[in-house]
Amino acid sequence: GPGPGPGPSPRGQRAVACNAKGGAVPAGKSGLAPWIPVVGLEIHAQISSNSKLFSGSQVQFAAPPNSLVSFFDASLPGTLPVLNRRCVEAAVMTGLALNCSINKKSLFDRKHYFYADLPAGYQITQQRVPIAVNGSLSYSLYIDNKMSQMVTKTVRIKQIQLEQDSGKSLHDDTRSQVLVDLNRAGVGLMEVVMEPDMCCGEEAAAAVRELQLILQTLGSSQAVMAEGQLRVDANVSVHHPGEPYGVRTEVKNINSIRFLAKAVDYEIQRQIDELENGGTILNETRAFDSKLGCTVPMRDKEGKQDYRFMPEPNLPPLILYDAKSLPANMNHQQVINIDWIRERLPDLPSVKREKLVEQYGILPEHSFTLLNEDGLAEFFESVVKQTQMKPKKVVGWILNDLLSYLKQHSLTVKESPVSSFLLADLLNLLEKKEISSTAAKQVLAELWKGEGKTPLEIVKEQKLELLQDQKELEQICQAVIDGHENE
Amino acid sequence: AALKDGLRSQVSAALKEGRVTPTELCQRCLALIKSTKFLNAYITVAEETALKQAEESEQRYKRGQPLGILDGIPIAVKDNFNTAGIETTCASNMLKGYISPYNATVVQKLLDQGAVLLGKTNLDEFAMGSGSTDGVFGPVRNPWSYSKQYKEKSVPKSHSEDEESNWVITGGSSGGSAAAVSSFTCFAAIGSDTGGSTRNPAAHCGVVGLKPTYGLISRHGLIPLVNSMDVPGILTRCVDDAAVLLGSLAGHDPKDSTTIQDDFKPFELPNLTDVSKLSIGIPKEYHVPGLSSEILALWSKAADLFKNAGAKVVEVSLPHTRYSIVCYHVLCTAEVASNMARFDGLEYGHRSDKKESTESMYAATRREGFNDVVRGRILSGNYFLLKQNYEKYFVKAQKVRRLIVNDFIKVFRSGVDILLTPTTLSDAAPYMEFIQEDNRTRSAQDDILTQAANMAGLPAINVPTALSERGLPVGLQFIGRSFQEKQLLTVAKWFEKQIQFPMIQLEEVKRCDNYVFQHQKSASSS
Repeated sequence: GPGPGPGPSPRGQRAVACNAKGGAVPAGKSGLAPWIPVVGLEIHAQISSNSKLFSGSQVQFAAPPNSLVSFFDASLPGTLPVLNRRCVEAAVMTGLALNCSINKKSLFDRKHYFYADLPAGYQITQQRVPIAVNGSLSYSLYIDNKMSQMVTKTVRIKQIQLEQDSGKSLHDDTRSQVLVDLNRAGVGLMEVVMEPDMCCGEEAAAAVRELQLILQTLGSSQAVMAEGQLRVDANVSVHHPGEPYGVRTEVKNINSIRFLAKAVDYEIQRQIDELENGGTILNETRAFDSKLGCTVPMRDKEGKQDYRFMPEPNLPPLILYDAKSLPANMNHQQVINIDWIRERLPDLPSVKREKLVEQYGILPEHSFTLLNEDGLAEFFESVVKQTQMKPKKVVGWILNDLLSYLKQHSLTVKESPVSSFLLADLLNLLEKKEISSTAAKQVLAELWKGEGKTPLEIVKEQKLELLQDQKELEQICQAVIDGHENE
Repeated sequence: AALKDGLRSQVSAALKEGRVTPTELCQRCLALIKSTKFLNAYITVAEETALKQAEESEQRYKRGQPLGILDGIPIAVKDNFNTAGIETTCASNMLKGYISPYNATVVQKLLDQGAVLLGKTNLDEFAMGSGSTDGVFGPVRNPWSYSKQYKEKSVPKSHSEDEESNWVITGGSSGGSAAAVSSFTCFAAIGSDTGGSTRNPAAHCGVVGLKPTYGLISRHGLIPLVNSMDVPGILTRCVDDAAVLLGSLAGHDPKDSTTIQDDFKPFELPNLTDVSKLSIGIPKEYHVPGLSSEILALWSKAADLFKNAGAKVVEVSLPHTRYSIVCYHVLCTAEVASNMARFDGLEYGHRSDKKESTESMYAATRREGFNDVVRGRILSGNYFLLKQNYEKYFVKAQKVRRLIVNDFIKVFRSGVDILLTPTTLSDAAPYMEFIQEDNRTRSAQDDILTQAANMAGLPAINVPTALSERGLPVGLQFIGRSFQEKQLLTVAKWFEKQIQFPMIQLEEVKRCDNYVFQHQKSASSS
């Protein structure tokens, strides 16, 4: 059996570097064959809708326990599921945005297991024929730490399926009881399955970030990980080139995109170390411990549990139409037309980025960062509108000055003490050469304090005006020279 | 008006004209329920609420504003339908004391039309069974056990034998509803039908039992046995009344995604006189081993009846009939295993005292709450749903189901309008004899003639036909095309008129019903 080997690499060190072509560079002991890490993702995105997937109770975060539970959610005998149209539309939008084929006929199934947070003893999901299949997601990431060059990668989307969320159970060990809150039971989820096309934590993180932006742009999910609206499980394995894929583990309990990268990289290194020391990898589920920065075994991998899948008999097949197949006399209210939805899709992040580059002449890297921060692109555009300074110069102030300040103080763009109006005002002074760029930075520092002064007021206060008058300048220089004559 | 009267033909008119009031009607039904308590047809009698509903109905009649033909009519509902504020038990320890917060759609519809809900009727636990003998409240007794007709024919086996041990079963699983209608304690009752559970007890109790087309009547609030086969069933004393109930219950329900969208138009049954355009099919595979010679003879007589009246009567074949029981067994148990998974003691119903862990609580709750029949079906169903068995059993059974459906489609396409078959293999068995075999064996035997209609979702109706040699009712079944209830019931009504099935003669009813009725009509005349 596997013996106790040396532990994995110390925290913070990236175990495997992915080169530009996406392969792995050799890691581990020198002289040994290189390892190829393989990372796939199962992502659950909570659908942004007023009510749940199969019942009319409300969807709301952090409501009093068991205050948003309908008879159906509580699995009262005799209740039946009724499909929520908005949830289907959200899934179709998401499928189209991810270049999937939308299945015009998809089916619902029951997945059985017993757990306190699953009142019916089964979850309604789409196991046989999901709503969307065979898509792709393109994402970008920096090639190196210098953030100077970006590379674009693609991950295949295996499928998107609609399914119910479970309730929440809290273990109260002091009183030996389990507390069950069913507010979340029955909320609609889209499970997005990404094929194992990624090779490290950074790629996984970038892919999820891009998915998050897409979902938020579509409005199909708010995708806030901290509120449980986006949950990511990673499937990780390693193998030598030319050999079949290794045994994979599933990593759960990942609560942020940053932790996703850490968890994946840790697990890759753990597996490499284990195998290089003669051990084996168990097909198991592991949880990421964010405090310790490692993964620990959780429970037997679900493959061992038989879910006894069965078609959901209370829901007929879900039929979707497009312009061609839509029957003439069908009421538009009663059906979902895929083409109608496609026509109304908003600009996706990738399109928005290109437009920013085209419209403002900024670099793709800049455009990427602008869209990566909530509200930053809007802030940038707003400043550009209010100033004569060229966008190419404006973007430098946004990305180098504003953004770094926000990051330093852990503020979001929304929380910025410097509004776009104020910044534009300042940049106008600079553009009109009324102040130098050094002075502008000083003014900006003052504006951060948020004391309500305008840039012009600060300039006057601190006497930062650039002197334009030649004669005045000569007088001052002469005075300085005279002052030092005697030294 | 008498409790024996037909709803549409007599009682409704009597109420309108004030010859009888809803309160009187309700009180007499309640009194009769009390005096026939030994039948064990009712689990819960909702006396207070029923009288209140009757009072409200009376006010409406006084104002000349009755809600419709069902206003003030006492009705009973099988105890697997949710009734708000009234216990719903499914005759199981799992739901003893369970008060549902909502009404099943069919219950709500009845109440909205002013019907008076007398109470919840007894059944096999969770509707699993064909005798109404396996519920926690005890078996239901067939009212015909106490009829003059049966007593005259029964020969006591020894001196110590009395009618106590001689009583016969109602059939099941809607035995309580059938007994309630048969003993005149209500004018109509709601049952459920998954493999014959409305038609079987209807046949044994001498009442009309209608299984509507799947998707016609909402299942919202019906605690499911097999979601893909269950339908609410209607039990009445004559075919006309079944049409009235159907008209008040059918139609799309947004809460039940398996109901069809089409508008349903309630209909009155025409008085068919000319059957020459009718084609009656006699499926030869329904001549099963075990079919009593009595029933075979009756079946034949019925066919002749149609022939002599000018209808075309042809022998047809439904070749996959013999696989239907096995197929049903697989699909039924699989769905049962799934549907019963929600009973864990956490949210409602019985919860065990065992608290060591969630698992032990679940296991003990389910062991304590379910009877052997339910547990047996859960175990079988889970077996068939295991990954390694799914294709071999569940998917195979679905394919066989498709073949059974196709059998019917072929026959109906060939020009046959209605199929005529027996409903049961024999008349009702004495309880002591029935319980000699286990539930599974009995169900497999008794469902054989009724259950293919559930597989195919077709409408079917039992019409009481004659009394057996033992003085007990025997019925025949008509099966129709999907959603062609009007045609089905029209033919059934014609048949009912021809045969004039005798009225049950019960001591208790005579005592309760003191009025001299002007028109001493049997339930089947109009």
